[in-house]
Amino acid sequence: MIHILKIVAQRIALGLLTLFAISLIITFGVELLPGDLAEAILGQGATPETVKVFRTELGLDKPAHLRYLSWLYGMSTGDMGVSLANKREISELIGIRLSNTIFLGGFAAAISVPLALFLGILAALYRNTLYDRAVNTFTLTSISFPEFFVAYILIFFFAIKLGWFPGISNVSTNLSLGDKLYRSMLPAATLTLVVVAHMMRMTRAAIINLLASPYIEMVRLKGISPMKIILRHALPNALAPIVNVVAINLAYLVVGVVIVEVVFVYPGLGQLMVDSVSKRDIPVVQACSMIFASVYILLNLSADIISIVTNPRLLHPR
Amino acid sequence: MSNILKIIFSAPLSAKFGMLVVLIYSIVAIFAPFIAPYGEREILGRAFELWSDKYLLGTDNLGRDMLSRMIFGARNTIGLALSITILAFLLGSLTGMIAAALGGWVDQILSRIVDVLMSIPSLIFALLILSIFGTSVPYLIATITVIDATRVYRLARATAMNVVVMDYVEVARVRGEKLGWVIRKEILPNITAPLLAEFGLRFCFVFLFISALSFLGLGLQPPAADWGSMVRDNATLITFEDMTPLLPAGAIALLTIAINFIVDWMLHKSSGLKDVS
Repeated sequence: MIHILKIVAQRIALGLLTLFAISLIITFGVELLPGDLAEAILGQGATPETVKVFRTELGLDKPAHLRYLSWLYGMSTGDMGVSLANKREISELIGIRLSNTIFLGGFAAAISVPLALFLGILAALYRNTLYDRAVNTFTLTSISFPEFFVAYILIFFFAIKLGWFPGISNVSTNLSLGDKLYRSMLPAATLTLVVVAHMMRMTRAAIINLLASPYIEMVRLKGISPMKIILRHALPNALAPIVNVVAINLAYLVVGVVIVEVVFVYPGLGQLMVDSVSKRDIPVVQACSMIFASVYILLNLSADIISIVTNPRLLHPR
Repeated sequence: MSNILKIIFSAPLSAKFGMLVVLIYSIVAIFAPFIAPYGEREILGRAFELWSDKYLLGTDNLGRDMLSRMIFGARNTIGLALSITILAFLLGSLTGMIAAALGGWVDQILSRIVDVLMSIPSLIFALLILSIFGTSVPYLIATITVIDATRVYRLARATAMNVVVMDYVEVARVRGEKLGWVIRKEILPNITAPLLAEFGLRFCFVFLFISALSFLGLGLQPPAADWGSMVRDNATLITFEDMTPLLPAGAIALLTIAINFIVDWMLHKSSGLKDVS
């Protein structure tokens, strides 16, 4: 037990270190710009006074390490500074959008994870059949399609031709849960289509890998049905890799959400980030990047930890 | 030459289809000015004209010929993606081989930097950098090259690690060969095959990535034609049951599928050969 705690603690320390490195990149990225950031953003026509005001606003007049420390302190206390574009508190801008994005990601995950596991197990069961090959083709197409292509195809058929779901998901807080789900149906479906194939393939691969091992051979020789072999004997051991895949794909969802939100004009964090990038509203972009990167790393970290904790070989060393 | 032809003809249907698509795309991209009926930036008629004999695929949001923009878009998007992939391979494989050959603290530093860069989601990283530097083509190329080179580095380092422990590398070192020689003559020839297979997949990734950025309005800037931004600019047409904006997106998807088919076949072929021996 001590052994495993040590490994987990190491992973967590590594994760924290990565977060620290990322926060450094996010803040010191500004330093990389050749010349002066204020002049680059304000353009040639800026007067020295406006440049000076801008520099104080961004804290560019302070030395870089002080700026970093005050930024870090602000991030950890929830005070992320003010937006350059509209002078509003960033935490206020982000708050509701973050919960919208989490809602969308959670909705997509709730559909895609069970679906992928179910289809993956079926593919392992009926491997090398027509169904398996169909799954293969579907995977190849879905990794080849840009997200926005999938999104617009769905809009074209389900929002325009059939009129079943709205093509624009203007979700707001005062809607009921059912209404929210209805309006975010198409973005969630897009995300599902994007991640489900990959998860399914990995589930299939994890199970098939195990099916080649001697103990499964033994069970098979005893004459137990294929379905039971997979569910009772293969699946428990394949759980660790599968959980890993699920977490990695959820991490992917976090990023995929950016493009999908833009397509569906969904009021989420991704949309805010893209808008801020084109306005070069750097404090907002920094805050959004930090949030996205943290979620991404936390998901990957939890995948790591779960696969360590569920690995029988590590639980009982020697 | 006849050998290559024989291999191509022995390919399965999917790979042949893939090669055909890649061939057509390359011809369109290279000879774009001769194929396109109108210029890339020419404003010809009203905005959003329907498909007609004059404008085969109608016109876009500014009244430019859609088909011509599609053809020039092939040139811009594929050209950009290809050059970024090549740059990323040069950077990634070189640093990867150096890390493997030198080991020690060089390897440690390079690998830790790559670890950190890879732990940031690539789209978020690109958005961050582009917001600082602005959306100009050189920064776009540099950003995506760095992102992509990290993946190439991992592969190059891992495969080169298997090679540097071989006796012939040891012999070369004892003989007093310089680092450059060891990398060029001993390591590189032995890791070319896996790197080449990866090249196709990396190209797909870069291609999709640029399209996504352009779609967000942060990639190639107008008036240059680009498939991603063409989808974005004409997306309103979809609400009028017009499929035209889906065409550039479909063009992106078709090319990636085609390349995946080819890579699948190549990987299958190389793994199949291993089974026999």
